[in-house]
Amino acid sequence: MIELTNIRKTYGSGDTAFEALKGVSFTIEDGEFVAIMGPSGSGKSTLMNLLGCLDTPTAGTYHLDGKDVSTLSDDELALIRRTKIGFVFQSFNLLPRTSVMRNVSLPLVYAGISEEERGKHARAALIAAGLDEQHFNHRSNQLSGGQIQRVAIARALVNEPSLILADEPTGNLDTKTGNIVLETFQRLNRELGRTIILITHEPDVAEHADRILSIRDGNLVSDDKSHIKRAAAQTI
Amino acid sequence: MKTADLFQETYTALSANKVRSGLTMLGIVIGIASVIAMISIGQGAQSSIQASIQSIGSNLIEVLPGQQKAAGTAVSSGRGTAKSLTADDAKTIQSGVTNVTAVTSEVSGRYQITASTLNTNTTVDGVSESYPAVRNMQIDQGTFFTDEQSAQLAKVAVLGPTVATDLFTDPATAVGQKIRINGQPFTVIGVTVTKGGNGFGSQDDMVFVPLMTAQRLLTGNQYLSTIDIQASSADVMTQVQNDVTALLLTQHEIKDPANADFSVINQADILATASSITGTFTILLAAIGGISLLVGGIGIMNMMLTTVTERTREIGLRKAIGATRADINNQFLTEAICLTLIGGIVGITLGWGIAFGVNASGLVKTSVSLSSVLIAFGVSAAIGVIFGYYPARRAARLNPIDALRYE
Repeated sequence: MIELTNIRKTYGSGDTAFEALKGVSFTIEDGEFVAIMGPSGSGKSTLMNLLGCLDTPTAGTYHLDGKDVSTLSDDELALIRRTKIGFVFQSFNLLPRTSVMRNVSLPLVYAGISEEERGKHARAALIAAGLDEQHFNHRSNQLSGGQIQRVAIARALVNEPSLILADEPTGNLDTKTGNIVLETFQRLNRELGRTIILITHEPDVAEHADRILSIRDGNLVSDDKSHIKRAAAQTI
Repeated sequence: MKTADLFQETYTALSANKVRSGLTMLGIVIGIASVIAMISIGQGAQSSIQASIQSIGSNLIEVLPGQQKAAGTAVSSGRGTAKSLTADDAKTIQSGVTNVTAVTSEVSGRYQITASTLNTNTTVDGVSESYPAVRNMQIDQGTFFTDEQSAQLAKVAVLGPTVATDLFTDPATAVGQKIRINGQPFTVIGVTVTKGGNGFGSQDDMVFVPLMTAQRLLTGNQYLSTIDIQASSADVMTQVQNDVTALLLTQHEIKDPANADFSVINQADILATASSITGTFTILLAAIGGISLLVGGIGIMNMMLTTVTERTREIGLRKAIGATRADINNQFLTEAICLTLIGGIVGITLGWGIAFGVNASGLVKTSVSLSSVLIAFGVSAAIGVIFGYYPARRAARLNPIDALRYE
């Protein structure tokens, strides 16, 4: 469970200080599929960095699974990221010239898990992310964009995190491949019960989630589940 | 992160850019190889000079006459010219000083020597029959003279190989031939084995005759030009030297050691001087190698800094998926150390090869010591740590957010 209470983030100080988040509060339950939407400069990237434990807020508290992570040190945050968070990036960020299996098991390498165990977990994660088994031992530069993003999703899944954070995961993909990736997220959410937070500036991407949080100028402006009803109404 | 994984990451990273890793390593290879080769050449020179000094004889102490000053004048005729040493002195040393294995006396002079057709001018040493043992000399053909021949003032001579070549068209037939030294007839009874130059005049260009024969027929007096004393071991050299000095002072009735009419030279002193010269030489050579090693180390640092910049996004990703500062730090440090260690091993092999080549070419006899290999190995690892530390620290301190966004 994610609980944000009055989160503020200020960059710089004095006259040049810029407040990227101006007191944001929300709660996300386990197993939710949430989209955080907003134009560039709205503070959604700052919010993602805080949610992903890459950064700490200037003020306010952030509880992840009941633990206050807003005041931890660099290395303590690294341990939280290692066990509780999986990232999917817009630019994939796979290690070049490295096999798919090695890329996926990298988070487990840092967790100090044995090679045998890593293989099992990586395989399961790749199957869950929907990559064909024939690609498992390919190098990351031998794959297509859609396949690469599936590998990246598998890497985010492999440590069985409480939260998967996807930052514009379809930004570098064509619409068709993007849809496949979004359907993968939906399936992971539905079938495996993973909590997924999708950060995007595109409304039609956001609508794949069950709940949309809109951010504008550092404030939460709407928390909306109405599009599901709309979609439901359309199907009737 | 497990050690095996650390090495796998290192292998992947280094093999990703083989040419660059190879060239960076080359800096260390050249540095280590030159240190190993230079030290081996220096140490080889040192041991060959030492061996050359040892070839004069081992544990040797020489007594030389002092300066002769004519009474009433200040004119000095130079060290070694005084007529102050006698056969009695040699006998007293033999009987009165402990730890002495052998004493041999010597008179020496340069004379014209003629054979049937050829002639030469060289050093003629009148020596006692213990000379070959003390001075480490071997006979190639014929024999050295015996006690009896010495006592009978036999006119026999043993030639150095150079002299044999100078006097006879076929040196192999020298034994049994007649020669004339300073007009006096002598019979050649032996030729010595070649010793090579020893830095203090060639021992091969010499003629040896019995001591008393030389005193009677050549110098015309009973004085000696050298007394050679062989101590029983290297440890007692100083004691023997001191005892000989004290004994001769008493014998010559001299109260103030500063006025001694002889000087006692310890072979160990000569060795120490030569060693300190070659030691300096070795340090100089090692310093030149050390500079190339330093340059190699800077090459490593340069490459690691480039790598850190190039792999900023990768570092960001690794941090995002849970790598701690220590993980990143270890990874980059291991890369640097692996580069220098592999470079070090190749360098040691190459240096060894160069030393072997120099040895085979016959210029200098080289010897690669285990200590220089171990030092080179340690130094290359240390260079990895020193020059890898800063880049690794820089990588570890990168902010993951900035690193992930880095273009």
